[in-house]
Amino acid sequence: MDITKLSALELGKKIKEKEISAAEAVSLQIDRIKEKDSEYNCYISVLEERALSEAKEVQKRIDGGELADAPLAGVPIAVKDNICTKGIKTTCGSKILYNFIPPYNATVVEKLKAQGAVIIGKTNMDEFAMGSTTETSYFGITKNPRNTEHVPGGSSGGSAAAVAADEAFYALGSDTGGSIRQPSAFCGVTGIKPTYGTVSRYGLVAYASSLDQIGPIGKNVADCAAALDIISGHDKKDSTSVPTESYGYLKVLGEDIKGMKIGIPKGYLGSGLSEEIKRSILAAAKELEKQGASIEEFDLEAVEYAIPAYYVIASAEASSNLSRYDGIKYGFRTEDFEGLQEVYKKTRSEGFGNEVKRRMMIGAFVLSSGYYDAYYNKALRVKALIKEGFDRAFDKYDIILGPTAPATAPRIGESLSDPLQMYLGDIYTVSVNLTGLPAISLPCGTDKMGLPIGLQLIGKHFGERDILKAAYLFEQTRKEVVL
Amino acid sequence: MKTYETVIGLEVHVELATKTKIFCGCTTLFGGEPNTHCCPVCTGMPGTLPVLNGKVVEFAIAAGLATGCEINQNCKFDRKNYFYPDLPKAYQVSQLYLPICHDGGIEIETSAGKKVVGIHEIHMEEDAGKLIHDPWEDCTLVDYNRCGVPLIEIVSDPDMRSAEEVIAYLEKLKLILQYLGVSDCKMQEGSLRADINLSVREMGAKEFGTRTEMKNMNSFKAIARAIEGERKRQIEVLEYGKVITQETRRWDDNKDTSFAMRSKEDAQDYRYFPEPDLVPIVISDEWLLEIENRQPELRDEKMLRYEKEYDIPAYDAGIITGSKHLADLFEETVALCGRPKEVSNWLMVETMRLLKEEEKEPEDITFSAEHLAGLIKLIGDNKINRTVAKEVFEKIFKDNIDPVKYVEEKGLSMVSDEGVLKATIEKIIAENPASVNDYRSGKEKALGFLVGQTMKEMKGKADPGAINKILKELLD
Repeated sequence: MDITKLSALELGKKIKEKEISAAEAVSLQIDRIKEKDSEYNCYISVLEERALSEAKEVQKRIDGGELADAPLAGVPIAVKDNICTKGIKTTCGSKILYNFIPPYNATVVEKLKAQGAVIIGKTNMDEFAMGSTTETSYFGITKNPRNTEHVPGGSSGGSAAAVAADEAFYALGSDTGGSIRQPSAFCGVTGIKPTYGTVSRYGLVAYASSLDQIGPIGKNVADCAAALDIISGHDKKDSTSVPTESYGYLKVLGEDIKGMKIGIPKGYLGSGLSEEIKRSILAAAKELEKQGASIEEFDLEAVEYAIPAYYVIASAEASSNLSRYDGIKYGFRTEDFEGLQEVYKKTRSEGFGNEVKRRMMIGAFVLSSGYYDAYYNKALRVKALIKEGFDRAFDKYDIILGPTAPATAPRIGESLSDPLQMYLGDIYTVSVNLTGLPAISLPCGTDKMGLPIGLQLIGKHFGERDILKAAYLFEQTRKEVVL
Repeated sequence: MKTYETVIGLEVHVELATKTKIFCGCTTLFGGEPNTHCCPVCTGMPGTLPVLNGKVVEFAIAAGLATGCEINQNCKFDRKNYFYPDLPKAYQVSQLYLPICHDGGIEIETSAGKKVVGIHEIHMEEDAGKLIHDPWEDCTLVDYNRCGVPLIEIVSDPDMRSAEEVIAYLEKLKLILQYLGVSDCKMQEGSLRADINLSVREMGAKEFGTRTEMKNMNSFKAIARAIEGERKRQIEVLEYGKVITQETRRWDDNKDTSFAMRSKEDAQDYRYFPEPDLVPIVISDEWLLEIENRQPELRDEKMLRYEKEYDIPAYDAGIITGSKHLADLFEETVALCGRPKEVSNWLMVETMRLLKEEEKEPEDITFSAEHLAGLIKLIGDNKINRTVAKEVFEKIFKDNIDPVKYVEEKGLSMVSDEGVLKATIEKIIAENPASVNDYRSGKEKALGFLVGQTMKEMKGKADPGAINKILKELLD
């Protein structure tokens, strides 16, 4: 049996039942990575020795009965390289942090460790999570395991591709404008962006603080639910994390969705959407209708302005968040310089890639004196309008259903030549970040080239249970298509 | 030459006396080896997040209430973006759009009379680190210990017209903050820093002139000198028919002059925007009331109370309350031994004399209320006389000795045995017939001589009142 084909929960069960040890699981996973990663380049760092010794420690805890209630104890996990890991290089896919080793763990990493997770490696990503293709990384592009001529999506392309290629049982990604959902859709795996505030951002290297959220990417809905159970919860180190009692995502899977009201925004099926994707999405909606949900199309207001508002707000915050990389304290510093100004200029010119520079410049511009009201403030007003639109929709519906992306994975090299076109690919995902809502992307078919199509289910604030329940039921009906 | 009016507004930065920093748990203690009072949060390491110290909000509110400000019960933080090596995040978390306090004012008194100086706003922010130039290695090093120490910036209206008014405003502000316990306001440690915005205009003009901002004064005296210097410089520029450049200037106290640092043209665009890593601050009515109820008695109230309750002259009450430390010492001593006027006298006369001798400030007093009270009790109980008391007090002032033990060890108690005293006086009378005659013939002064002689004989350990009494009994 090839254990790397197992889901995370299946492996967790086998470890618990002593069919396989945590260390064996790590070894087999490492073998798989060694076999495949030269082709896909999912990982920036693979932590072979470290993971093995951690697995042995975890095994002791399991054997001592300590992790009886931890369903993923001993299961290797891949972590996106913008999530800080103590003593382990955390690069954000950038030259400017190519050698940065954080002296602390992100809160999600601490939580995973407490539940016996073993970090197997750090995954590739668009530089500082800015991009939709995982082509902007300083550490090379990641290829889509479904078809290596295509991109895996981004920015969490390394995490999604690793899960799709069985190079990871499950993974963590981060989602600022679709960076978990879109690569999950492109690679045919499942990923959830939780409600803003559900998962602590402490230790997630910020791109756009008001939009960033960490979430899991898995081979199926249940793995995502189990991982979300581990990483969610209030953190006193993150003021924007929300105190909530019990999350309990895994345990609601299997509950029916009878009477659940699902709305489909008409604008999400309009021009710009490929016909194949539209058919898949509507078929998925039909399936959920069979399960007892009611389906209705409706007009979602203001979403047509989501992309410009998103790029203004995200870039503004990014321009500030990324100013700290100045070559003074850590990371890359230019070799030849004279004086302070030149350290700054040369370090930043040489250390950042084009897409990051483009967004920092947009951001600095929209915040600058005389333009603030015209751009940044206006974007905040648009954000408020979009939120109102969703609030009204959620007065009527429990879930909003639509595609994750307007097209399947583009060919490598196609997107970067036309960034504006690339930005438009975020049309269905960014409003979810602007409103802070939770959304899941899961496979709902393939196009004629065999590239996966993603179905997106958007929930109310803290309505993760609803979308997980619906996603799980839908997944049960589609098992044969998924892999 | 035309007559000019000087217009001055102040930006005062005050480090708050919280135990920990504004967004992390690091200590705020001054000093310490470089980069030992910091952590990933205050050094802005990637991925770290700020968490607001509630005490900072309480201190800012306390300062606002004490200066008659309105409190913004919904306020938030903004980011001020600029590059500098002492600012590890390349932005300072501050408040621009909704500062916590606004529209207050404090009353000052100068030779020109009383007036109110308006307070435009008070906002909270984090301090930056410190650059240290190493002349040996010819390089600049950064110390992040001060990074994230909480500050409030108190921005006045342009209401002051002279250095005297500025100093009065600063003295008053400093006392308010010290009384509140929100800051120790030590200029030499940088916990109180004032930037001066100054312009001049022809007397009677309605519009303000172009202003400059002056930085880097580290004492009130330097501030007064800087104001005088800048006023003269601006008038001179105008008299030559030139115009004032809006700029930031750096005061050099050694050279008694200022230098332009940067002009408005190269002024930075700070690209302020709301800090997304912190949630808006909501100050409930209950919290506000709680802070209001906890406000301590401030200087003006205390002065009035001293006059009324202790019957102390306004001047003395002013001096004692002019230092929080002195006022605390006064009240603690009175609580231990009563006799407020006596306590006040020791502070006003002997303490002030010794402070002046040693060129110290009331803040530098090290003796305890217990020991001053002990001394006053010894006097009250007729254990020592005033001459001895002064001598003992000097020891208390210098070494904070316990007066009871000291008097006992040195054998300084007065001889209370009336028989011994009477015998000594009889001896003195016998030895000084001339003086006795003088006294009897009406020369009152002669009595003093005899008292002195007796005291000398008793080695100073006698009650002059008792000597006087017995002498008179024997001579009259």
